[in-house]
Amino acid sequence: MSDLVSKNLNMIFESPKGETVHALKDISFSLKKGELLTVLGPSGCGKTTLLNIAAGFLRPTSGSITLTGKEIDGPGVERGMVFQQGALFEWLTVNENVNFGLRMKNEDPITTAKKVGEWLDIVGLKGFGDTPTYQLSGGMQQRVALARCLINDPDLILMDEPLGALDALTREKMQSLVLKIWKETGKTIILITHSVEEALLLGEKLYVMAPRPGRIHKEYKLPFALMGLDGDLREIKDKKDFVSKREEILTMIWDMEEEIMGKEI
Amino acid sequence: MITRIFTLLIIVAVIGAILYGRRLIKTEKNDAVFGNPERAKGGTHWVIVGSCFLMFSWLYYSWDIAKSLYPDSANELCQVAKVNESLLSLKYLFPIEERQHKSTAIIKRENINIKKYIVEIQNSPDLENQDKEIFISLLNKTQLMIPTLTEEKYLETDIKHVINGLTNRIKQLTVSFPKDSYPPALSEEEENKRIEALKKQKGWGATGMEVPPLPETKTGLKFHKAAEELNSISDEFFEIRNHNTEYLRHSQEIFAEIKEYKNGLDDDQELEKTYIKEIKKLVRRIDYASIFPPNALDEMEESIRDFDVVQKEEQGAIRIKDVLLFPGGTIVNSGPTCAEDGPGRWLPKPSDTFRIFGELLRPSVGFKMIPMIWYEMMDVSKIVGFFLPDWIADILPGKYPVHNSAGKVEPNFKSKVLDIVTGEFKAFKIPVPTGHIWDSFLRVFLGLSLGIIFGIPLGIFMGLNRFAKGFFDPLVELYRPVPPLAWAPLIITVFGIDNVGKVFLLFMVSFSIMIISARAGASGTQLSKIHAAHSLGASRWQILRHVIFPNSLPEILTGIRVAVGMCWGTLVAAEFLAGTTGIGFVENVARKYMQYEVIWITIFVMGMLGLLFDITLRKIINKTIPWHGKG
Repeated sequence: MSDLVSKNLNMIFESPKGETVHALKDISFSLKKGELLTVLGPSGCGKTTLLNIAAGFLRPTSGSITLTGKEIDGPGVERGMVFQQGALFEWLTVNENVNFGLRMKNEDPITTAKKVGEWLDIVGLKGFGDTPTYQLSGGMQQRVALARCLINDPDLILMDEPLGALDALTREKMQSLVLKIWKETGKTIILITHSVEEALLLGEKLYVMAPRPGRIHKEYKLPFALMGLDGDLREIKDKKDFVSKREEILTMIWDMEEEIMGKEI
Repeated sequence: MITRIFTLLIIVAVIGAILYGRRLIKTEKNDAVFGNPERAKGGTHWVIVGSCFLMFSWLYYSWDIAKSLYPDSANELCQVAKVNESLLSLKYLFPIEERQHKSTAIIKRENINIKKYIVEIQNSPDLENQDKEIFISLLNKTQLMIPTLTEEKYLETDIKHVINGLTNRIKQLTVSFPKDSYPPALSEEEENKRIEALKKQKGWGATGMEVPPLPETKTGLKFHKAAEELNSISDEFFEIRNHNTEYLRHSQEIFAEIKEYKNGLDDDQELEKTYIKEIKKLVRRIDYASIFPPNALDEMEESIRDFDVVQKEEQGAIRIKDVLLFPGGTIVNSGPTCAEDGPGRWLPKPSDTFRIFGELLRPSVGFKMIPMIWYEMMDVSKIVGFFLPDWIADILPGKYPVHNSAGKVEPNFKSKVLDIVTGEFKAFKIPVPTGHIWDSFLRVFLGLSLGIIFGIPLGIFMGLNRFAKGFFDPLVELYRPVPPLAWAPLIITVFGIDNVGKVFLLFMVSFSIMIISARAGASGTQLSKIHAAHSLGASRWQILRHVIFPNSLPEILTGIRVAVGMCWGTLVAAEFLAGTTGIGFVENVARKYMQYEVIWITIFVMGMLGLLFDITLRKIINKTIPWHGKG
């Protein structure tokens, strides 16, 4: 049974000057439970808008989007979100950040503490529970954000360029972590990225989006994520298949960018 | 004594610190690069030098060093000032400190005046010719009268004798002044009187008197007596006039003519009246002036010059003390009033300041019968009565007791409750702080707290809600830009000069600041944090409480810090305007009575309290928002 279903999703923004921007046009897709979707596209193609709609922060101008048959009409616990900059609460410690969701629901503090410990273990932050978050490095902050989101046990995890602000080394480690979590929890994940490599590596499914109006340009089904679950990510990157796919997508995006630039000049 | 030791300590500390600093520079390696910020770190010894320098300046410029080293110097300088003043009136007649003789100056001036009047009268279109003639003839006669004063032959022998006598007295003084025997001993009775008066005299710097005027030392007495003698000489001299018979003939004739002409004038002849009055004034001026023939006073001038030289020599060490230890001014300038003319007046001496500060701090003395800061025992009932509103008793069922036929009032439950809420019962006493400093502190505290309590919620509300922002913005923006003190007269009139008015004024100050800072904090919350909280399942209230509020804390705390400074400044000024307690009130009263020590003490106390507020807040800020600026 399909899990996340979007039908003819349209999003039109109106600027204060009265111009309309067609951010999303007739987006229709469906995602099965446990699938990992990566979305790739040049800037301004509506990736983040799509994610915000899925999270319930935005309401589409027309069309519908449902999660397990239920219409999405506002933010909710069943859809966890991980942001580019972490969006941690810097006045709280790691523990307090991670248990934020459970505290808001007034869950039992003892079971909460146990859960927090487990999740910190999974994301590799054991022993950092009492550290103030402003003292953490970028990678560690992203790990806290992951744990904070996952502890709520959401059906769908939305990641908005979660690894975009990290350095190359940390990024690689975090990519393995995302795959590990995907494998262990079996969650449905939508991950937005602007890195072609990352999209290929992590995506079981990959949508390449095109701008003006924002639409799904091309769909791929990819084997690399499953390979990456057990194998070495770097080996996968060297595979012929991977390289040719990467070149294909890069050319595609490059053409799109050129088209926009040409239009603008 | 303490001042002397203290001055010595300061000098020792400065020398020691400088030597230590030099040694440190020698042992430290030279930097390869200029401008290394590390080089600005440390340096406690330079802090010592800086503080000592400041302290020394205070001691020196307030003339406290002079006071401690030579306690008599001010009194002696005051006597010198008396001599200077007395001499000045005599010197003034001659070209000693002036350019010309007094007589020359007067004659020159009045000749110019006569010429000016003649030209003016001749050219006047409104005067009739016959009047013009009379005026001009009068003026010419006046001019002719002047030589009768300056002609050697008219000078009368009597006057010559008087002048000679006075000259001899000055000469006599010049001779005897430097001698040890001067002044001649007083009779026993007079001496006792003098000593008695001296005993009543307060010391230098004592309250109400800057420099004691009566001479306390032998040198002082010498100058004091000389000044008395000079005063009597100049008094006698200024009584004599060179009104010889020839002069009198002229002047009486002129005055008679003036009188006759005046009597012949009608009431409406305003212009003529004005002119004749002016002419009469001119003649009177010459009449009053001490005009003598050119060389008649030469001998007197010489004797005054001689005495001046002698008295300056006699000043000796006093002059050196005056130059070295009384920077920025001197007591001599003040003349016989014996005041401190210079920083000694407005810069209180540290010794006096600390003594008065100590006295002000004593709870039994205080200022205007109110201690600076102390405690008083207050019955708990009063506090309870203040905090519990009276209507608690009113809303209870039943009625208040009515007196019975026996003329007694039986209390019931309702009246007993009333007694409690109005504080009319006996309980134990607890100490509560009181005094000027406490009052000021409490006002700031209350005004600020009210501002915080009402300002933060409204500010956050305005930061999140279009209606609140639009509705309250005009109100806040209308009153906020007005300087708080501009509101003070109105607020004090409406709410009274006591605590309520001031607290309300401070509330207004802190309220607007808190609104603006809380609003900036709330509206500056990153959307992603709110989104995150939303998708973690937080409710609206939880987001407000756990995300928006802590996120605005840095702005709010900065706002509080600003508000404290503003409140403190406004309060002191408001206490200047009206009130009966408070540190600003103390300063204002001290200003009226020119108690410079108290003024400086209040300035110091205010500075310390302001610093205390700021340090406390800085500590709180560092504790509560350690993440600030590190995100």
